[in-house]
Amino acid sequence: MTGVVRVVWRVVEILLLPALLVGLWWWVSVRNQSFYLPTPGSIVVKFRSVWFGRRALDDLLPSVVRLLVGYGLAALLGVGLGLLIGASRRLRSVVEPVLEFFRAIPPPVLVPVLILFAGLTDTMKILVIISGCVWPVLLNTVEGVRSVDPVLIETARVFHIHGAARLRHLVLRAASPHIMAGLRQALSIAIILMVISEMFASSNGLGFAIVQFQRSFDIPEMWAGILVLGLLGVVLSALFRLVERRVLRWYTGQRAVSRGADVR
Amino acid sequence: MTYDGRAGRFLAGLAGLAGLGVVLEALPRLGLVSPRYLPPTSTILVALYHEASGAEFWVAVGQTMRAWAIGLAIAFAAAVLVGSAIGTSRVLRAFTGSTIEFLRPIPSVALIPLAVLLYATDIRSTLLLVVYASFWQVLIQVLYGVADVDPTAIDTARSYRLRRWARLRHVIWPSALPFVLTGLRLGAAVALILAITAELVIGNPGLGSLIEVARSSGAVATVYALVAATGLIGVAINAVVRSAERRLLFWHPSIRREIAA
Amino acid sequence: MNGKDVLDVSGLGKTYEGRGRAVEAIRDISFSLAEGELVCVVGPSGCGKTTLLRCIAGLLPPTRGGARIEGQPVVGPPAGLAMVFQEYGRSLFPWMTISANVDLPLRQKGVPRERRAQLVRHALAAVHLDDTHAAYPWQLSGGMQQRVAIARAIAYEPRVLLMDEPFAAVDAQTRADLEDLIRSIWQEFRVTTLFVTHDIDEAVYLGQRVIVLTSSPTVVMTELGVDLPDQRDQLGTRSDPRFTELRRTVYALVQAAKRGERTPGFVPEAVRSDPAGQDV
Repeated sequence: MTGVVRVVWRVVEILLLPALLVGLWWWVSVRNQSFYLPTPGSIVVKFRSVWFGRRALDDLLPSVVRLLVGYGLAALLGVGLGLLIGASRRLRSVVEPVLEFFRAIPPPVLVPVLILFAGLTDTMKILVIISGCVWPVLLNTVEGVRSVDPVLIETARVFHIHGAARLRHLVLRAASPHIMAGLRQALSIAIILMVISEMFASSNGLGFAIVQFQRSFDIPEMWAGILVLGLLGVVLSALFRLVERRVLRWYTGQRAVSRGADVR
Repeated sequence: MTYDGRAGRFLAGLAGLAGLGVVLEALPRLGLVSPRYLPPTSTILVALYHEASGAEFWVAVGQTMRAWAIGLAIAFAAAVLVGSAIGTSRVLRAFTGSTIEFLRPIPSVALIPLAVLLYATDIRSTLLLVVYASFWQVLIQVLYGVADVDPTAIDTARSYRLRRWARLRHVIWPSALPFVLTGLRLGAAVALILAITAELVIGNPGLGSLIEVARSSGAVATVYALVAATGLIGVAINAVVRSAERRLLFWHPSIRREIAA
Repeated sequence: MNGKDVLDVSGLGKTYEGRGRAVEAIRDISFSLAEGELVCVVGPSGCGKTTLLRCIAGLLPPTRGGARIEGQPVVGPPAGLAMVFQEYGRSLFPWMTISANVDLPLRQKGVPRERRAQLVRHALAAVHLDDTHAAYPWQLSGGMQQRVAIARAIAYEPRVLLMDEPFAAVDAQTRADLEDLIRSIWQEFRVTTLFVTHDIDEAVYLGQRVIVLTSSPTVVMTELGVDLPDQRDQLGTRSDPRFTELRRTVYALVQAAKRGERTPGFVPEAVRSDPAGQDV
């Protein structure tokens, strides 16, 4: 019985505030009849009619494909270069200021630059995503490689674990908490850049669609688009957490144990 | 760290930057990249100097920095207040968890059309984006920080009958401070990104719109010069927040280790 | 050195070169271990015990002289050598299960799968960890983690096993258990073992011989044979008058080393045994 009560209580905890917020929205939008603030109901209707039809294929799919391709390439590039740079202290001290500078450039300003190179193409949009996402992955990988425990490095040397096995069983795993942190930062940057590159100049994509609705004052459609974008962000971050939890299970476990020891 | 090591690293870093400059100079000069897309470093530097000696550039920097500072300040204050309240109350944490987890990953740029509709090219449209984006960065760190407080310290405070406010001030705040400052650093970087994005996409006055104007008028070297300027601002912001961190957290193990290393 | 020596250290010296400043950690160390011997090295803290071990393990290049394993000079980590580190918690791969930790070096060595499984099982059984194959290192207590490290070393079937103060960070009871474990494993596998410790009791209890080092710059002060019976146990052995006597001698030697003495001249001859006349 108490188990059931607890589950019900948990459901209340999860749903109460969102329900209140949606209720508040509904109440305000109905009372004000504001043009910019449609009722939740009308947004849901548009959400279904607009985004479960052709637009899913015409706008959502290209956006997601560009996002994943750019993000994936940036991850490969960032981890690869990071392993290389992290392995050599000399190389690191030479390139670190350059990397810090590139990381500090707000990624959206790369859109105008890359338009110069690649025009208004898909390649440009993917390049924009890569050039914004690669830095956090790269710098975090360098940091991760740098922070591999020296005792583990010596253990690997003594037991003749080198080459690909060292990379796979030691360096990549030891650096994985840092790498995942970089990938997490890169994911939100990737979404931002996907949208901006489409808002700038595009004929399809989520960002393009939302701006088009806004310019033609199709307000409920615009809100529905914002909702799609929000859901995309939520879904991707949930997927990321799923992967992260698997990859870093040893790390969270180890930390929980060492924290428990601290408390004792 | 010895003086030699630091000087050596500094020189190596300088060599790296110089090397980048040389490569970017050589690529267009050797015809490997068309100078119409990538002008040589020297041309970019001249353009940067030209920009920096005009008033328009500095007005734009001022506008960008103003939006950045106001937005970050609002987000930081709100996030610290909300975070302290939620973090120290189990009930609030339980009831707000789902909402935070849902709202946080929503990309801030999704709000661009809304910002345009509501405020057009007023500074408030920039602020809406900046505040929304950096609020979550700070809030999450504050929540981590409050959750990270050593239970023994809280029990100690309890056993000495410190009131809730005193506990917050003397126990929770100092231990959460490193996380709060990390939040500030992340928030500051995100705030700059969004401030410039708003200018770039919406057309609010500032560095972003300057870049867009230069691009559409075909002043390629100026585009690169302005992009480099935004990078320098980013580096400067990062350096300032980091030195503030070091100064405020001199007692904290992570900083002590960093200095000893 | 004779033909049967598995480990031979001769004239090994190590000077650390800093910026315009040289620190001589080890001046001149020579000793050798015959096949199947278990020898302990003690010395005052900071006398370069770990430096010595790292030179033998090929992790650190010596400045002068060097070590040979079965006649082969050590330049990098040698093939037939395993090492148990002091920092047990940090020398196991936290992202691998216990059995994967023991297995990985064998895989790198190219041991066939069947044989690997057998070695892993046998080694973990020898350290009494039969039922924790699938656990992760951080789920185990400190003593258990160090046992995994020991299992990894013996599964590797090394010609020489080096142990660097392996029990310095565990509590006293666990330590006594681990000491007995080392004795029993040594009796089962007969691996040539060099055991470095700062604990005098431990050195006498474990070793067939004890090498006493001076303080830095280090040389060998003396060696003494431990003429205690091969079967040792915590209660009996430690209350054996001969154990007490040896312990007192080593204690006096280490104290002298701390004062900066370089020779054992002052220690009464009566309590010193002749290293040449000990049981091997």
